Amino acid sequence: MNTTDTATADRPDRRPSVLDLTLRVLTAPTVGPLIALVLAMAFFSLKSDRFLDAQNLSLVLQQVMVVGVLAIGQTLVILTAGIDLSVGTVMALGQVVMTKLAVDNGVSPVLAIAVGILVCVGFGAVNGGLVTLLRLPAFIVTLGTLNIAFALTHIVSGDLTFSGLPSELLFFGRTFTIGHANFTYGVVFMLVLYAIAWFGLTQTAGGRHIYAVGDNPEAARLTGINTNRVLFSVYALAGLMSGMAALLLVARTELGDPNAGQTTENLDSITAVVLGGTSLFGGRGSIIGTLIGAVIVGVFRNGLTLIGVEVIYQYLVTGILVILAVSLDQLTHRRLA
Amino acid sequence: MSTQQPILEARGLVKRFGHVVALDGADLELYPNEILAIIGDNGAGKSTLIKALSGALQPDEGEIRLDGERAHFHSPRDARRAGIETVYQDLAVAPSLDIASNIFLGREVRRRGPQGGLLRMLNKGAMRRDATRHFAELQIGVQSMTQPVENLSGGQRQGVAVARAATWAERLVIMDEPTAALGVKETGQVLDLIRRVRERGLPVILISHDMPNVFAIADRILIMRLGRRAAVVTPLTHSMPEAVAIMTGAAPEQP
Repeated sequence: MNTTDTATADRPDRRPSVLDLTLRVLTAPTVGPLIALVLAMAFFSLKSDRFLDAQNLSLVLQQVMVVGVLAIGQTLVILTAGIDLSVGTVMALGQVVMTKLAVDNGVSPVLAIAVGILVCVGFGAVNGGLVTLLRLPAFIVTLGTLNIAFALTHIVSGDLTFSGLPSELLFFGRTFTIGHANFTYGVVFMLVLYAIAWFGLTQTAGGRHIYAVGDNPEAARLTGINTNRVLFSVYALAGLMSGMAALLLVARTELGDPNAGQTTENLDSITAVVLGGTSLFGGRGSIIGTLIGAVIVGVFRNGLTLIGVEVIYQYLVTGILVILAVSLDQLTHRRLA
Repeated sequence: MSTQQPILEARGLVKRFGHVVALDGADLELYPNEILAIIGDNGAGKSTLIKALSGALQPDEGEIRLDGERAHFHSPRDARRAGIETVYQDLAVAPSLDIASNIFLGREVRRRGPQGGLLRMLNKGAMRRDATRHFAELQIGVQSMTQPVENLSGGQRQGVAVARAATWAERLVIMDEPTAALGVKETGQVLDLIRRVRERGLPVILISHDMPNVFAIADRILIMRLGRRAAVVTPLTHSMPEAVAIMTGAAPEQP
């Protein structure tokens, strides 16, 4: 507390210098992920001349939208220093519920969608309830619900795949064309969800409280924030995002497949968040970073396929990627502490 | 001073934890415009007394009065609503949030009209301006209200915590070992800050282990021993060794 240096404090709106701005840009949380994305894209465009094709890039976005939406919920949870391992299997259950109700039980498609999303929100609420009321570690709780949702997916579906879906369930798979590239409404929907999440996190008190709870839960509680309500909300919202992602997955695959979305999506959503610069220790990160991180994951999967790398090596690469990103997070965290 | 009505008064507070009696009929009066220090050996009941006054725990017996009226605090929120703010020793700030956000944490100001009502948008400009004004009044110098608290020194961080308390306290501020985590120079700066809080008309209850600082800053000193008030002295009437003697039981109590 430099008591002689009050002059600058009186001028909060003083114009930042060019140096200030440069420093701010270089240290902004989203710059690192952006550089990583550009490097990855440069690499794959050198290796494959089809990579930068407009058609291929729009395909990347379509492949990204499911993980991208899951990663929104994952970001909220990780910002509170939690983790949700169940988002992928909860999504799988959601899509099976939606498609089975619509195809097998003749439920109106809109109602079927609503029930599917509600099931996902319910799982999120169970996660949030167990984490806040019983103070159980999020890791174990969501590992449990991961398995419950996995089992329910196969029990509910009877291991059958549902096809011949009504058009309402396929809406987000429809495309429109800009230039030579096709975009699905699902990609637009994902971007809208990101915009809403950005607004909530940066422009509202609720967003501040999510950061504060992850940053210093005791301080947050002492300032009068209802930390349990914040924690419960982020898990419930993660469930809601799983429901939205289920709808997108159904629209993309045009199927209700009990085996879809259970292998890579969980880890990919966490990878996207961490690659996007959000700290697993909570309190630091940005939703825009997560969007970039999700695109990085998509670029790797798409690029590796294009240059003919076998699928099993893609697992290897994403595994290494996530560990690299987490190590970086740990190193910065140590530097700050 | 004793002819004035106390702002805060505690009478016969008792708190038991199982067989341990942490508070055994503790009394306290805080008068307007004073810094009241509370000292005592470990286990003398300082922390328990403070927790009862800040609503962090509920006494089993006894009563708390604010401006003469009976008060019941079931949670820190109740105490805050009554105008009591508490500063904790462990720098209770959110390090990754900026200064203005920390000052307004949990009490964010929203924009007017539909932007605030419907979209619940924050009025960041107003919060920044208010925070800047409070910092100027308390003469805390920082470069910008938008820098994250983690970029500040320990003393500056505690400055943020004190400024937050001073901003919101309507009746009094409680400071629980506010300098325990700080170096010598920073401790001096925080003590200056505590004086300025009093100059703004807020009485302060200060818990501290640091005798020289207590004697430098306090108007009156409440000495706790075995869960009760052993004596109330002033730096003018008693020396530091005399106070320590009462604290340890070597000298008789003077209640």
